[in-house]
Amino acid sequence: MIAACAPPGKAMIERFIAAVVTAFAHVLTGVRANWVGCLPDPQPRVYYANHSSHGDFVLIWAVLPRAVQRATRPVAGADYWLRGRLRRLVGTRVFNAVLIDRTAQTREADPIGLMVAALDAGASLILFPEGTRNTGEDRLLPFRSGLYHLAHARPDVELVPVWIDNLNRVMPKGEVIPLPLLCTVTFGGPLRLGNDEDKTNFIVRSRAALLALAPAKDSEP
Amino acid sequence: MTGIGQAYEVFAGIFGALAVASVTGFVLDRLHRGRPLHPTIQNLNARIRAWWVMVVLIGIAFAFGAAGVIMLFGFVSFAALREFITLTPTRRGDHIALATGFFVVLPVQYWLIWINWYGLYSIFIPVYVFLLLPIIAALRGDTRDFIRRIAEVQWGLMISVFCVSHVPALLTLPIVGYGGHNLLLIAFLVLVVQASDVLQYIWGKLLGRHPIAPRLSPSKTIEGFAGGIISATLLGMALWRITPFPPLQAGLMALLITVMGFCGGLVMSAIKRDRGVKDWGQMIEGHGGMLDRLDSVIFSAPIFFHVTRYYWSG
Repeated sequence: MIAACAPPGKAMIERFIAAVVTAFAHVLTGVRANWVGCLPDPQPRVYYANHSSHGDFVLIWAVLPRAVQRATRPVAGADYWLRGRLRRLVGTRVFNAVLIDRTAQTREADPIGLMVAALDAGASLILFPEGTRNTGEDRLLPFRSGLYHLAHARPDVELVPVWIDNLNRVMPKGEVIPLPLLCTVTFGGPLRLGNDEDKTNFIVRSRAALLALAPAKDSEP
Repeated sequence: MTGIGQAYEVFAGIFGALAVASVTGFVLDRLHRGRPLHPTIQNLNARIRAWWVMVVLIGIAFAFGAAGVIMLFGFVSFAALREFITLTPTRRGDHIALATGFFVVLPVQYWLIWINWYGLYSIFIPVYVFLLLPIIAALRGDTRDFIRRIAEVQWGLMISVFCVSHVPALLTLPIVGYGGHNLLLIAFLVLVVQASDVLQYIWGKLLGRHPIAPRLSPSKTIEGFAGGIISATLLGMALWRITPFPPLQAGLMALLITVMGFCGGLVMSAIKRDRGVKDWGQMIEGHGGMLDRLDSVIFSAPIFFHVTRYYWSG
């Protein structure tokens, strides 16, 4: 099992890679953070965002203040991030991802348990409740139930909706070269699971809160 | 007087003007203290702060000579093109064409200026790229909105790369009797065009009553336009010593580039209106994006370049 929180003496090389990746994200996308519903806070939180690109968590990570950044871990699919040595290094060492097995039949560790352990150890999480990358025309796919189960397990933790805009155009599926395009990351107001709120209601509500942050769609023909 | 000495004088003058602006902004802010935030004063002070940064960056580029200026404007083009394409609806089929624009066309254009190949840099984008990009897009096979997409990408490259690159291209003009002080020609262009923007803003805020293009840009007024153009033309005339032009011609050149600059502002506003945005981006605090600050330079630089080349280049 992966250590629950960032190891204190993180090696120089990993910090360097993190700095390079973040700088690259800034140069390419000129990314701007809009903190419309809350401010950065070092307390453990769950940032849940729309997912259209492998760079999504990097972009959120890149706009967080340094202190918050170090304690924020993306939740990612083990099947993708453990494939290949470089990807494994970046995923587990540089970004200290909470890797979960997305296939329910074969998994050994309970994904919610891993996330809860990370929160309890003081980390914030970046979570993509759609469960997979959205490469179609829909703005946002239906949410899976992970966010609800997490909220149920830790009802005091703030759930912050985060809309990542335009990154899907930077690197559409199947393209190798990223395009320099301006991106924004919008942080909405924190949510918590209501006292008697059921799963369906919570999922509808949290999804609506995320969609509300998306800019109005172009009225293109 | 040497070119270097004149460059110091120009920058000293700009620093002096900015210092006056900063003090004025500070006093306005003080006079207003205790009352609700005044958006115009806040924006004015943000703009002045951004001007300091921009002037220092240009100063550093000048200190590195041609290489510095070409690098600076190459970066400016990159930021401008990024803003332009961000607001352009593109399709997945445009990806390679757009990547070619950013990573091939842009560096090649500036490299051609660096090696001073006038015969190619003046037609590279309007001819070669104009024909190449639709070929790349056609090979991808997506025909939806084809001509509109191609036209928008071409327009973005013309505006953000081709036109902007004519500022550093001034360095390549051989001008008889000017002693190769072409950096000062860039200083003249940028200073007059930007001063015209600032003066139009000031005259408009002080006296502006009658909108000049209410549908495009409600804040532009006839009073601001006339006051700004006249005062910037006089400024250009007063700067004749740093140019290869006699005083009257320096004034006429200043008039030409300020009018072109004004029109550039209108055209770029029309695009923003069409896209439903107020600013191109948020790169420069108080001003908006790179294209918001640059719209007037974009339209004046190629005309200034070619008129200078036609009449004064040896």
